[in-house]
Amino acid sequence: MIAEQTTSTPAGSRGARPALHRRRLLTGLVLGLAALLVLALLSLVFGSRVVSWTEVVGGILDPAAGDFGQQAVATRVPRTALALLVGAALGVSGAVMQGITRNPLADPGLLGVNAGSALAVVIGIAFFAISSTSQYIWFALVGAAGAALLVYAVGSLGRAGATPLKLAVAGAATSAALVSLVSAVLLVRTDVFNVFRFWQVGGVGGADFGEMAPVLPFLALGVLLALLSAPGLDVLALGDDVARGLGGRVGGARVLAGLAAVLLSAGAVAVAGPIGFVGLVVPHAARVFTGPGHRWLLPYSALLGAVLLLGADVLGRVISRPTDIPVGIMTAVVGAPFFIWLIRRAKVREL
Amino acid sequence: MTVNRSLATDALSVGYDDRLVLEDLSLTIPAGRISVIVGANACGKSTLLRSMARLLPPRSGRVLLDGRSIAEQPTREVAKVLGLLPQTPVAPDGIAVADLVARGRYPHRSFLRPWTTDDEQAVTSALRMTDVLELADRPVDELSGGQRQRVWIAMALAQGTDVLLLDEPTTFLDVTHQVEVLDLLTDLNRQSGTTIVMVLHDLNLAARYADELFAVKDGRLHSHGAPADVVTEATVREVFGMESRVVPDAVSGTPLVLPIGRHHSGAQRAV
Repeated sequence: MIAEQTTSTPAGSRGARPALHRRRLLTGLVLGLAALLVLALLSLVFGSRVVSWTEVVGGILDPAAGDFGQQAVATRVPRTALALLVGAALGVSGAVMQGITRNPLADPGLLGVNAGSALAVVIGIAFFAISSTSQYIWFALVGAAGAALLVYAVGSLGRAGATPLKLAVAGAATSAALVSLVSAVLLVRTDVFNVFRFWQVGGVGGADFGEMAPVLPFLALGVLLALLSAPGLDVLALGDDVARGLGGRVGGARVLAGLAAVLLSAGAVAVAGPIGFVGLVVPHAARVFTGPGHRWLLPYSALLGAVLLLGADVLGRVISRPTDIPVGIMTAVVGAPFFIWLIRRAKVREL
Repeated sequence: MTVNRSLATDALSVGYDDRLVLEDLSLTIPAGRISVIVGANACGKSTLLRSMARLLPPRSGRVLLDGRSIAEQPTREVAKVLGLLPQTPVAPDGIAVADLVARGRYPHRSFLRPWTTDDEQAVTSALRMTDVLELADRPVDELSGGQRQRVWIAMALAQGTDVLLLDEPTTFLDVTHQVEVLDLLTDLNRQSGTTIVMVLHDLNLAARYADELFAVKDGRLHSHGAPADVVTEATVREVFGMESRVVPDAVSGTPLVLPIGRHHSGAQRAV
């Protein structure tokens, strides 16, 4: 490797990546995938009932029949899949939002997108009697898009347009307003409070594949759009002036990436409730391995998001057996110390 | 040698809200030369540069690139011809020098087209030209101000444009690095024939490095021409509202402006 580095041009190949950087990328990838695999297995084994390895194999191969252990495993398979999906979606969504706003604190929670989804879903539960994921997704999507548009419109007021700072302030304010509207609806409709409460904390507990299916197309489209917006986000990161000078379409890139972020977070919210911290923390962890380029950052955020959410879910099942602690609470418990460590270690990368 | 591109403004008026910053301004940038825009604070010189880089839409009038309105040309095609270095560009934290410079290739790339040897050569030669090749793997945020500015110029060079616009490329640099950056841009102009247009604060450095000076006052073009013709005591008084003496620069022979101010007029009389 060292010889190769000295003989080739220092700029290296493919986007001018030094060999050292590439090694770090690969190391992180291997570590991440290994962690994912281990956590997925632990996720099948642990729960209110700890099962044996033969029961794990039996539960995967033959979910219909078998003893209690096999059935427990069979219910944990969709739960594991859901945690992976939601974690990956939230990770990518956070990375994209940080890229759009050039703000290291941006995530679906801060920019009001989760609150928008939550308000739309609670209105749906209270006034339109919706009760399944296939209905939640549409309300979540409309709420997320509405909140994102509102935040962008408010953040764009004034001469300089949508600066990162104005977007963050507009997002925080909108988020606060929408959350209080959610409370307002719940206060007058206590009957929906219990349905909503469980959904709001964020959980992957009751997962089954039938409930997940309606969300999949939205998440797939979101991932596709996010990957397509990667080059645009890379030039946006240099500031609007440089981006325009390089021939980037600043507005178009933000809209495309924003759509991706809305699809991903609305999909995640619809199926698991608003889960905090993943979108905020994961991109920062990913940057430790990838640096600021979005072509690598986005897939890495998906991987690490899945690892974090799955890890949080497994931990939530283990520490208070036989009950579960909802994953939305666990991500904060796991995420906060990790975030503090990250800030102390690498200083949060300014965007 | 590069094709000479033409860049001009035609009765250009640009404004923010209800205030007109540039009014009916027409000028032609000489191809293959170094043009410097000077003027007092808030006279509109930065606005002029940003308008020429299509960052600001004109209220009326046009910016013409190769005779065609720049607003009507696809922005990515413009970016292959005309590069811009704004006043305080932001580098993503932790980005390596070579990665930042590689982003200058954006207009030449597309989603499905991989990184080519053309891209690689453009990046390497930009790094070499700006003398930052040995810094290629270093994070930009660890560099000194002068090095960082050379890296940004390298990014603009990697874009491979025939015209390069720079908004105060020497701001925040000490005098050594100011001269270093201006020498570098002059090398670029002499070696590759790149048309260079920049806004400079320092009138004396402007007079030294410019082939053509444009003096802007209150959003209008006050005067333009060779530094020796433009930089006179009368022009300095009218454009900057300042009394001065103009003497030949002992090093370059170009005009050197000595401000008078209120406290040193005695010395002036003694000369």
